[in-house]
Amino acid sequence: MDFETTKAQRAAASTKIVIAGGFGVGKSTLVGAVSEIDPLRTEALVTNESEGVDDLAAVPTKATTTVAMDFGRLTLAEDLVLYLFGTPGQRRFWFMWDDLCRGAIGAIVLVDVARLDESFSPLDYFESKGIPFIVAVNEFDGVPRYPAEEIAAALALPAEVPIISLDARDREQAKGALVKITEYALMRLRESLTVNAN
Amino acid sequence: MTPPLEPEDESYRPRLIRSYTLTAGRTATSVDLAMEATLRLQAGAEAPVLSPSAAQVLEVCDRRSVAEVSALTKMPIGVTRVLLGDLIEQGLVRIQATITDKTSTDERLELIERTLRGLRNY
Repeated sequence: MDFETTKAQRAAASTKIVIAGGFGVGKSTLVGAVSEIDPLRTEALVTNESEGVDDLAAVPTKATTTVAMDFGRLTLAEDLVLYLFGTPGQRRFWFMWDDLCRGAIGAIVLVDVARLDESFSPLDYFESKGIPFIVAVNEFDGVPRYPAEEIAAALALPAEVPIISLDARDREQAKGALVKITEYALMRLRESLTVNAN
Repeated sequence: MTPPLEPEDESYRPRLIRSYTLTAGRTATSVDLAMEATLRLQAGAEAPVLSPSAAQVLEVCDRRSVAEVSALTKMPIGVTRVLLGDLIEQGLVRIQATITDKTSTDERLELIERTLRGLRNY
């Protein structure tokens, strides 16, 4: 393989996509459906102030509890790995999101139509941070299906935000959602270049 | 409402002391370590005498991410970062590319395009 200099010289890298949404909406299910490893769990120590975690100069004596984050891994090439991180659901752990989302390609906001209001906060977060996101409606069995336009209107989504429906348990559909957010992030990045060039 | 835990409270004291001890009390590292950043052992590097926790991190970190090292060693992410930061500064481990604030637009495009190609063939 020595003659493949281009490939050999290209730096090995990793990227990540964040999976957000309300508690029990299927974030871990989606991660588990496409991950090549059983999803793993990492923990961060949380301070009294709910402002910082243990690596953000928090004094250890302030640590009172932990927040858990589940994640999965997809090896996309010999030199490229994609990680999927599920966000901690509870609102008081939001400070953790900045750490999770830093450098992310984008986010998938999983939505349960029976509890649309639970996705308002994640949507606000990604919009305010300028992180590309798509909405994926997790269609549980027996749940009535609404047209995408109705859901987009109920969520007050900006017109450009893609909205798809999926069964989070299905590997191909989960993979489709990952393709969608990556395509969208790429399009957004290229658009920003065009705007800057003019 | 539950009152905040006091340091004397047994329910969190063991974890607190354990985490505190592993890093000799340090809570920050000078190396920027994203959760998804992957690590490689430096070829030919001679390992000095390491603390058991640092040795444990060194043993599992090759070709794995910061988050995976944290999960596999069952150490909180912040503690893992401090220990990995030390190993990087000692020249035993190096960190591979991720998208950061310093990533150029061209590099960013290239990484996202590579991810998209990889996903389509996954």
